[in-house]
Amino acid sequence: MSELETKERIQPGSAPGEDVAFEIIGDGDFPTTDMSLSIGPAHPATHGVFRIVLEMDGERVKRATPVIGYMHRGFEKLAEYRDYRQIKALVNRHDWLSGFSNELGVALAVETMLEMEVPDRAQWIRMLMAEWNRILNHLMFIGSYALELGAITPMFYAFRERDDIQALMESATGGRLHFTYNQVGGLKIDLPKGFLQESRRISTQVRERLPDYDDLVLGNEIFHGRTKGVGPLSTDVALSIGVTGPTLHATGVPEDSRVTEPYLKYGEIDVKVPVGENGDAFDRFYCLLRRIDASLDIIDQVHDHIPAGPVNSKLPKMVKAPEGATYVRTENPLGQLGYWLESDGGRTPWRLKMRTPSFSNVQAIPHLMEGALLPDAISILGSVFFVVGDIDR
Amino acid sequence: MGLMDQVELPQPVKYVFNWGRKYSLWCFNFGLACCAIEFIAASTSRHDFIRHGVIPFAHGPRQADLLVVSGTLTDKMAPAVKRLYEEMAEPKYVISFGSCANCGGPYWDSYSVTKGVDQIIPVDVYVPGCPPRPEALLDGIIALQHRIQNESLKDRIAGRRLDPVTLGADAPLALEGSSS
Repeated sequence: MSELETKERIQPGSAPGEDVAFEIIGDGDFPTTDMSLSIGPAHPATHGVFRIVLEMDGERVKRATPVIGYMHRGFEKLAEYRDYRQIKALVNRHDWLSGFSNELGVALAVETMLEMEVPDRAQWIRMLMAEWNRILNHLMFIGSYALELGAITPMFYAFRERDDIQALMESATGGRLHFTYNQVGGLKIDLPKGFLQESRRISTQVRERLPDYDDLVLGNEIFHGRTKGVGPLSTDVALSIGVTGPTLHATGVPEDSRVTEPYLKYGEIDVKVPVGENGDAFDRFYCLLRRIDASLDIIDQVHDHIPAGPVNSKLPKMVKAPEGATYVRTENPLGQLGYWLESDGGRTPWRLKMRTPSFSNVQAIPHLMEGALLPDAISILGSVFFVVGDIDR
Repeated sequence: MGLMDQVELPQPVKYVFNWGRKYSLWCFNFGLACCAIEFIAASTSRHDFIRHGVIPFAHGPRQADLLVVSGTLTDKMAPAVKRLYEEMAEPKYVISFGSCANCGGPYWDSYSVTKGVDQIIPVDVYVPGCPPRPEALLDGIIALQHRIQNESLKDRIAGRRLDPVTLGADAPLALEGSSS
C-alpha cells in the first residue's frame, strides 16, 4: 500500500504537480460544433471489436456511448442445444482469457442441482487451476494496458510468464486457452506426474519476476502521468451499476465472492483482496497487479493442501439435471460471474442466463469518460478491464 | 504497379522479386476473439513470427499485405471486415486463423455468426484449430510464403488465384508450390 499512501491527487490532463488554468480569450462565445467520433469496432485499443461513439466538444468528451454486439455469438441460446457435458466447451469461450473459471461456474451449477459430492482432491485442483488462470488473465491485461499507453515492452514480459503458465496448464489439461478440464462431479483426468513440483517452480519464478512489472510499469513516470487521477470511479456509482472485480476493488470495496461467499475450499485458506483508494486508472491497474501476488499466495497454500484420492465421481451415461433452477456465482478474474441454470429435467438446460463481469464493468465507461480529454479516453477504456466476448456473449 | 499487372516477369527477375515480397509481409491482424490471443502469443518472444519476415505493425489496412482474420466473425462485424479488406492494396493475402474464421467453429448453429470468413473475402490459407497453436500460425505463414514464391504477380492481380491451402488436409507443403 506504500505507493497508494504517497499518491497525490492531480487534475486530469495535467502533468504531475502542475495545475491547469484555462484562460478564456474573447467573450467566450466562440461557436464550435460538436463532433461525433467513432472508435472501433476495429480499433487496437479496444482489444477486440468493441465500439464507442464519443461526442466531442473540442478535446473534451461530452458523452460516450458504447455500442456492443459485434461479438454476439448467441451463447445463451446455443447452451439450450448442448447437453451438460458439451456446455463446458462452449462457456469457456465467452471470456476467452478465463476459460477455466467459466467452466468451473457451470460445473458448480450442475453439481448444485444434482446435489453431488465432489471429491476433495478435485476441489483443491480446481482452485489451483482457477488461480493459475487468474494470473494468465491479469498478465494479459497488464501487457495490453501498457501497450495501449504506448509501451510495447511489458507485453513481451507478460507473454514470457504466460507461455510458462500455459505450458504448465497444458501438461494437465491439454489446452492452452480453453481447457475443458472440469467435468460434472470432478475433473477430466488426474494431474500428471511431477505437476506439483513444476507448479511450485513456476510459482517461485513468477514471484521473482513480478518486481519487473513494478519497476517497468508501476514505477514509470509516464505511466503515472497517464493514469493518476484519470477516470476516477466513485464507490456509489460502481455499486449502483454492478461493477465487480478489480475495477470495484480499486474504489476501496473488498467485495470478492471467494471471501464473502466462499465456494470450493476458499473458506479454508487465506484469501487476500488488494484494494485501492481513488478508483482511478492507476488504482485499477495497481489492484490487477497486486491480485497476481494474492493468487500466488493462494497457489502456494493449495500446494500444501491437495490430498490424495479420486478426482471424479461416477456419472450416469447421460447427465440430466433435475427439474428446478439454481444460481451460482464465482469470482472470475474480471469480476463476478453468475450462471442462472434452469432445467426441465431434460438432457439440455432449459435456460442458461449469464451474468458476466465485463458486461457490468463497461457500464462504467460513459460515467468515466464524461469530461475527460480524448487522449485520456484510451487510458480509461483500457483501465476498465473487459473482454469483448464476455460483454456480448 | 503499372507494369506488373500487364507483363509477365522473366523467371530470374520473378524469383528475386517474389523472394523479396514473401519475406516482407506487413501484417494487419484482424483480432476478433480468442484466436487473437494466440496470434499475439505467436508474435512475442517465444514463437516470434517476425523472424519469418512477418511484421505485425502495419498502421492500417492500406499499408498491409497480409490480413490475418483471427476469431469469430459475426454478421454485425462482417461489413467492417469486408471494407477493411477492400482498403488493402493488391497484391493482398488472407490467412483465416482458427475454426470460427474457417467455418463458424463451435458456433456452427448460431443465429448471429457468419459461417466462415470465406463467405465475404477470398482466403489463401486456412489454419484449423480452436484456437490453433502459435506453431500452426507459423506453419500457415510458411505455406503462404511458398505460394508467394511460386506465383505470377500478373495472374494474381488479374484475380486468377490458386485454390486455398488448408493446413493438415492438403498435400505436404513442399509439393504445393512446385505444381504451379
